[in-house]
Order: sequence, then structure tokens, then C-alpha cells
Amino acid sequence: MAVTRSGKVRAAALVTGAGLLLTACGGAKVGETGTASTGGAKGCGTFNLAVNPWVGYEANAAVIAQVAEKQLGCKVVKKDLKEEVAWQGFATGEVDAIVENWAHDDLKKKYIDDQKVAVSAGPTGNKGVIGWYVAPWMVKKYPDITDGKNLNKYASLFKTSESDGKGQLLDGDPSFVTNDAALVKNLKLDYKVVYAGSETALITAFRQSEKQQKPVIGYFYEPQWFLSEVKLVKVNLPAYTEGCDADPAKVACDYPPYELDKIVSKKFADSGSPAYTLVKNFTWTNDDQNLVAKYIAEDKMSAEEAAAKWVADNPDKVKAWLPTS
Amino acid sequence: MTALSATRGVAARLPARRYLIALTLAVWAAGWALLRGHDTFALGGAELTPLHGALNEAMDAVDDSRNTNPLFLYFINYIRLFIDQAVTAVQALISQPALGRPVPVLGWLGVTGLATGVALLYGNRKVALLTAAGFVSFGALGLWQESMDTLALTLTAVVLSLAVGIPLGIWAGLSDRFNRLVTPVLDFMQTMPTFVYLAPLTLFFLIGPASATVATMIYAIPPAIRITAHGIRQVSSDTLEAGTSLGATPAQALRHVRLPMAKQTIIVGVNQTIMAALSMATIAALIDAPGLGQTVLKALQTLDVGTAFNAGVAIVIMAVVLDRVTSAASRRVEVQRRAGRMRTTRGRRLEVAGVLGVAGVLAYLSYTYVWAAEFPIEANAGPYVRRAADAASQWVQDSLVTYTDAFKNLLTNQFLNRLEALLTGTPWWLVTIVAVALALLVGSVRAALVTAAGLLLLVLLGLWQDSMVTLASTIVATVLVMLLGVVAGVWIGRSDRADTVLRPVLDAGQTMPAFVYLVPILGLFGATRFTAIIAAVVFAAPVAIKLVAEGIRGVSPTTVEAATSAGASTWQLISKVQLPMARSAVTLAASQGLIYVLSMVVVGGLVGAGALGYDVVAGFSQHQLRGKGLAAGLAIVVLGIVLDRVMRAATQRADAAAHGGRHQK
Repeated sequence: MAVTRSGKVRAAALVTGAGLLLTACGGAKVGETGTASTGGAKGCGTFNLAVNPWVGYEANAAVIAQVAEKQLGCKVVKKDLKEEVAWQGFATGEVDAIVENWAHDDLKKKYIDDQKVAVSAGPTGNKGVIGWYVAPWMVKKYPDITDGKNLNKYASLFKTSESDGKGQLLDGDPSFVTNDAALVKNLKLDYKVVYAGSETALITAFRQSEKQQKPVIGYFYEPQWFLSEVKLVKVNLPAYTEGCDADPAKVACDYPPYELDKIVSKKFADSGSPAYTLVKNFTWTNDDQNLVAKYIAEDKMSAEEAAAKWVADNPDKVKAWLPTS
Repeated sequence: MTALSATRGVAARLPARRYLIALTLAVWAAGWALLRGHDTFALGGAELTPLHGALNEAMDAVDDSRNTNPLFLYFINYIRLFIDQAVTAVQALISQPALGRPVPVLGWLGVTGLATGVALLYGNRKVALLTAAGFVSFGALGLWQESMDTLALTLTAVVLSLAVGIPLGIWAGLSDRFNRLVTPVLDFMQTMPTFVYLAPLTLFFLIGPASATVATMIYAIPPAIRITAHGIRQVSSDTLEAGTSLGATPAQALRHVRLPMAKQTIIVGVNQTIMAALSMATIAALIDAPGLGQTVLKALQTLDVGTAFNAGVAIVIMAVVLDRVTSAASRRVEVQRRAGRMRTTRGRRLEVAGVLGVAGVLAYLSYTYVWAAEFPIEANAGPYVRRAADAASQWVQDSLVTYTDAFKNLLTNQFLNRLEALLTGTPWWLVTIVAVALALLVGSVRAALVTAAGLLLLVLLGLWQDSMVTLASTIVATVLVMLLGVVAGVWIGRSDRADTVLRPVLDAGQTMPAFVYLVPILGLFGATRFTAIIAAVVFAAPVAIKLVAEGIRGVSPTTVEAATSAGASTWQLISKVQLPMARSAVTLAASQGLIYVLSMVVVGGLVGAGALGYDVVAGFSQHQLRGKGLAAGLAIVVLGIVLDRVMRAATQRADAAAHGGRHQK
């Protein structure tokens, strides 16, 4: 007992001694190098940027954050949030900007019209398309499948264990409003809507569809990074006309085209921050976004690297977003 | 009470309980054939009932009162500030740049040293070694900072959970009335899906560490309370009487008798609290909680299985380290209690001083020098893990999909679809009558009452059909869990080698965030209910296996020897001796397995299970579906409580029958 104890003490002393020795021979000290970053603040201050969970959004956010940080000297705080939580952040003062918003008329009513804590900052320039898609091999094999009128002809192809003997229409991310159940009913399609429940599930289904030549038809949207991996083809439903989707229960037409926009908090809009001007001026094309999204999703760059690369390659576009002063 | 036990006695004595059960099932089948499709309350994905609308409005009203309600202004805001400060302080210490430095106060060497020291002082050398290896591996996976963020949040949540949970647990241990009062609340906290309260929490506690911590605490406090109460309760009355006869006051009895005797159990509670807290790491990331959960979710956006797996491995390692250290601490307490004080206080003091001295030096080094503060980038093995996981996932998806697809179709068409058709196609009132009759026959009057109330509540919530779809999947998943549980549990219980090999696999299944393996199983089974069932089985089977193994091991060796010498074959030994004697462990495994399966309903909603899980997910994502999501969350709680109570009553009845020597043929 006594032996082990003193042994332990001795060992402890030894290690301590060794530690002290190490201290003596050292290495680079913390704080000696590489401090003094956090560039010259030109009255920008902190910029709270919501990051919603899809790659296209992240591309927008990364590029805006890159410009705000490097060219305007802002301290950008990115917050990873689902859409609804991000909108709530306008009310609690914790989010300054959402930089890719897909419609969300109910949230606009609540936070812009009723609570008056948020305002629109104009379109991002990206056009959103929602609809039903199939993998490219299917179009090659069944060329007329892209016409919605022929869907019943192919219903039996899409039968699965989930669809009660009908064709399966795979619905996806619950973040978006879908009229699919009503559409199936009103277009008299022999299909059953099956809720995949997440974008991950949808993409995996389409990826397997292309690879295994397994028929899948489902709800999808662009811009989306996955389309640069597998170029899904949209099925045409009766064309959208103004007001044809007014009654969700009776809707029998395709989804409207979406103009994606930016939303900022009222406080941020009134602050005169150069970051607000940047957000307001920011517009780019679907191709721009797809490129940055591809850097992130396929080339596995970090969002920062991807944004830095794009900003370096497109100085003119960036220049147009900057405050004029 | 007497009336109750009288009926129970009658029910138990009914000569042909089995025939009655069969009769009930026959009535059900007949009713289904005749009345198929009537009164089934189908409700489409985006359809709402008036109740859902009302819930939506109620939640809006709460939102709007946030700036005026004194509860917010004077109470919740202070709690939020306090928690935010606590988390930020721990982060400054180990994970985030602090005090104007580009790195946290303690670098990797210091944290590893301190953690190893703690493991050595409270556990033993073996777990200390494991701790050191575990912490170094966080760095080696290239995830040091993320791991420390997760650790900071988890530790803060655990400390706060224990600060609340242990006193309440002691109270629940001493007072039967409080225990009865708190039990349903704890059931509620444990079965209510986190998605339901995640978004509202950010209104109360804002976006930031406080919300994430509170979300974690809601899930982590119940085990602390339950297990502490259990520990206090199980102190034998003889010991207590001895204390009282020596003139101890209740307070003295608590402090000197109950608490010391319950110490080991309370540490088990600490262990379970840590595990529960850690299992929230990924979900909390949805409201901007920093750490490994973020890495997993970000990777999922691009279906980057490798990166998600890498972060998942770090979470598993953290869970295993924390689990082994707390378990070792609990065993150490027990050994010390049995043996009396082994070591002199002086010896212990020297040991503590020595260990702390070394850890202190390491901490100082990591405070001062860059090499000890930031984990060397050259040692990053993360990319290899990522590539290997990617390749494995790809290979599995490409080469196994034909078989898995056939397997899925077989099980879905043969079992799941039939059961679901029966549950969703029969009128609600017939299902309710059948369920109540079954609860009465296998369980008790009380269980039957709970069943009746619960099923009526499902109708009121407007989610009858969705609930029945979810129930069908839950039943199939639980049956699969029990099949696996009994087979693997018996194997592990009988073979120490199997235990050594399989235990890490079980730990990984329990602690690896489901999000990590969603992509490969989606690739194999598609977006289907079956994928959801597989995810639930992966999560729930380890618990069942461990409990069954524990029960098999608990069968006394003399009994086993006696049976062997009487010439019993291995199969006879298992089926006639070991399993029957471990029966209470098997039923416990079934009820725990069921609860774990239910806790995966929401994850199931993300991969094609539809029904309640999807309702909850959609409610989290879409403003106008919030009310429905809340109702779906409540429906999951109701299902959990009903199934749990029936199962418990059935267990009690089986136990009573076995101990009372009544054999029912």
C-alpha cells in the first residue's frame, strides 16, 4: 500500500517535472501570431444572417456573408435555422435577414402585415419552379410521360408497397405547401400521394431511380443542386393561370412560378447599415446560384471557400451590390 | 381498491382467457369484413380539423403576448440569461475563442488531461485510458472544436438537469403523492416529440444556447428524477427502522441512511441523464445549437454520408466514454460502500493532488502554447473515415438493393399492410371496444380504463386514422425488436465473447444519430414505412438486447448446472430454463423497446412513414400546420401511455401468476 502510494507520488512528480521541462522548451505561444484580424469596422457592426437548411440558400448566404465581411467589414453571425424559426427571429430581434424566401404568404402576413417587424428586400433574381419530376432515363424510354395527360397510362409503373395498388406520387419536404393530394383527385389520376417527409428521402429516391432504372415520380423544385447531378425532367400539368389555385381543394393546374425574395427585419432596414444595402441590392441568376451550390455539394468545398471563389471570379456583379458612397 | 383486486382475481380465474382473447380477435376480423371503411376518420395530409385551427390560434396568441406578459419579462428572460451565460462560460473554457484570444482557454491537451484525471479519480485506470484515447480521437477525426461545443452544451444541460432532477427525485422517493403526481408529467416529457416544442421554445428562450439547453433538459431531466426516486425507495425498510430506532430524525435518516445507500443508483441516473442529453445533440442543431449535430445536418443537405458518419462516430465515442466513466464511478461507489473506507484519507489526498497537478500542468501548457491548444492538422484522419464510409454506403446501396427491396415488399405486404388495413379499416368504435377488451383480458381494469380514455382522446384530436397507421408500424417494429432482442440477448447473455464483440455495436446503434444512416437505408428500402421501421429497430433493439442479456445472466448458475446435469440440451436449457426464469427481464425489454420505437416515430416521418410522424415534421416546418403538429405530438404521447400501461399491467399479471403458482393452461 505504502509502496504504491509513494510510487504514485513519485510518478506524479516525474510527470510534473517533465511537463515543466516541456514548458521550458516551448513552441509558438498562443496570441503571438495571427491575431489582429476582424478588419476595420466601417460602422457596419454585427449582421445576423439566417441560414435555412438547403444548399441553394447556403450559396446565397455564403456569398452575401463573404462580401459583407471582406468588403464591408461587418461581423457576420450565421444562424442555422428552419424557415419558421428564422421568421420568428424577426420578432425577437435575433435575425436581420433571410436571403432566399419561397413565398410563405402566411408568414408574410403575420410578420410583415400584422406584427410589422419585417419588410421585403426585393427579389433575389432566382426563379423557383415547383412541380412533378421524373428521372431522365424514363423520358428516354417513355417520351410522352412528360405530358400530364398520359400519367394514368403509366400509373402501374409507379406501384410500390406503399401505394395501395395505385401509382405512387412521392411528396417530399414538408416545408413547402403542396396541393398534390387535391391535384391527384381533381385531375382524376390513378395515383396515391406518399409523403417521403424530407428532401433527403426525395433525393435518395431519384438517385436510386436513375441508377437502378426504377420508376419514380415525385415532387421536386429548382434551383436545386441535385439537378446538376441528375437532370430530372418536369412533367407538365395543365398550365398555371392567375387564380387557378385560389381554392386549394379545387386546384387542377400546375404550381405557379415563384419569384424568390429576401426578407429583412424592420429594425435592420431602418439601421442604415451597409449590410442592409448589400442585401437589398443582391441579385443573381439561377446559373450563378447553381454554380456556387455545385462547389458546395459536389466539389465538397466549404461554404466560405465556395463563396470566395465565386466572388473572386465575378467582381463586376459584386460591385453592383455595394453601397455607392 | 378491493373491488379492483376482486375483479382482477376474477379475470385471472376465468377458465378460458385465451379463448376469450381469440373470440375478441375473431369479432374484430368479422367487424372489419362487414364494416370496412365506415367511421374511419380519414384526414388528408394538409387537411385540418377545427381543433387544429384552434390550437394554431392559441399558439399565435402566446407568440403575441411575448412582449407584454410579465411572465416573460420578469421570469423567463432571467432564466434565459442565466443559461446563456452558463453555456457561454463553458464554451469559452473549452470550445470557443475567448478572452480576446484566438482559441479557448483550454486547448486539446488541457481538456484531455483534465478529463483523464477525472476519469482516474472517480473511475479507474482502464476508463482513464479510454477517456484519453476518446478525447484524442475527437481531434484525430478533425472535429475537435465541434466535439467540444457538443460537450459544453451537453455538460451544462446535464448539470442543470441534475440540479433540478435530483432534489425532485428525492422528493418523489419520499412522497408517494408527489411521485404519483410527477409520473405522468415525466411520461409526457419523455414521449412528446421534440419537434413539437422546438420552434415555440425559441420564442420563449430566443435563438441560442438557452433554447438548445432547455430542449435538451426537457428530455434529460426525467431519467434523473425517476432513477433517483427509485434509488431512494429501494433502501430497505429494515435499515431505515434501525436508524429510526436509534433516534434519527427524518432529515438525518435521509442524509445518513437513504442518500448514501442510494448513491450508486443515483449515479446510474446521472449516466442515463448524460445519454439522454447527448441524444439531443442533432435535433438541437435545428435551432442553431453548435457542435457535431450541425455537422451531421449540414452533411445531410448534400447527402454526404461520409461527413455525417464521421461526426456520428465522434458522438458515439463521446457517449461511450461518458457512459463507461460514470458506470465505473458507480461501481467504485458500490465497492467502497461494501468494503468500508479502503484507503486512508491521506493516501486519497495525495492521489488527488498528484493527478490534479499533472492535469494542471497540461492545462497550463494548452493555455500557453499553440501546439497544445490547437489539435495538429496533420493528424487529421477524418478524410479517410469519410471516404471509407462513403464507399461502404455506396456499395451497400448498389449491391444489396435487389434483395432488400424484395425483403421489404414481403414484410410490408404480408404483415404491415394487413395489420394496417385491419386497424385503419375498422370503424373507430369497434377498434376501441376490441382494444379495451384486450387490455382487460391481458392486463387489468385500470389498463382497460386508460385504453378507453386514450383511444377516445385520439378521436378528439382528429387524428384517428393517422394514429392507427402509426400504431401498425409501431407494433411491427416492436415485434422485430423483440425477435432480435431475444435471439441476440440470449446469445450475449450466454457468451462473454459475444458480449465483448457486440457491446460496442449496440452502443453505436443506440447513440449514433439516426440522421447519419438515413441515406443508406433510404437507398435500400426507399421512402417507405419499412425504412422508418428499420430506423426504429436499429435504435430500439440494443436496449432490448441488453436487458434480455442481463436477465439471462441473472439466472442462478446452480439452476443452470442442475438442468445441464439432468441432461438438458442447449436448446432445452434456453427454452425451458433460462428464458422462463428471465421472463420479467424479457417483458421489461419489450416495454422499453416499445418506448424507444415510439421515440423514433418522428424520424420515421422524415423517411416515408407518413401519419403522425409526418404531421409533426410538417407542423415544425409549416406555419399553418403547427396546430396539427401539436395534436399529432399529443397523439404520440397518448399512444405511448396507453401501450405502456397495458404492457405493465400484463407484466404484473404474469408475475403474479408465476409467483402465485397459478398455471394457466
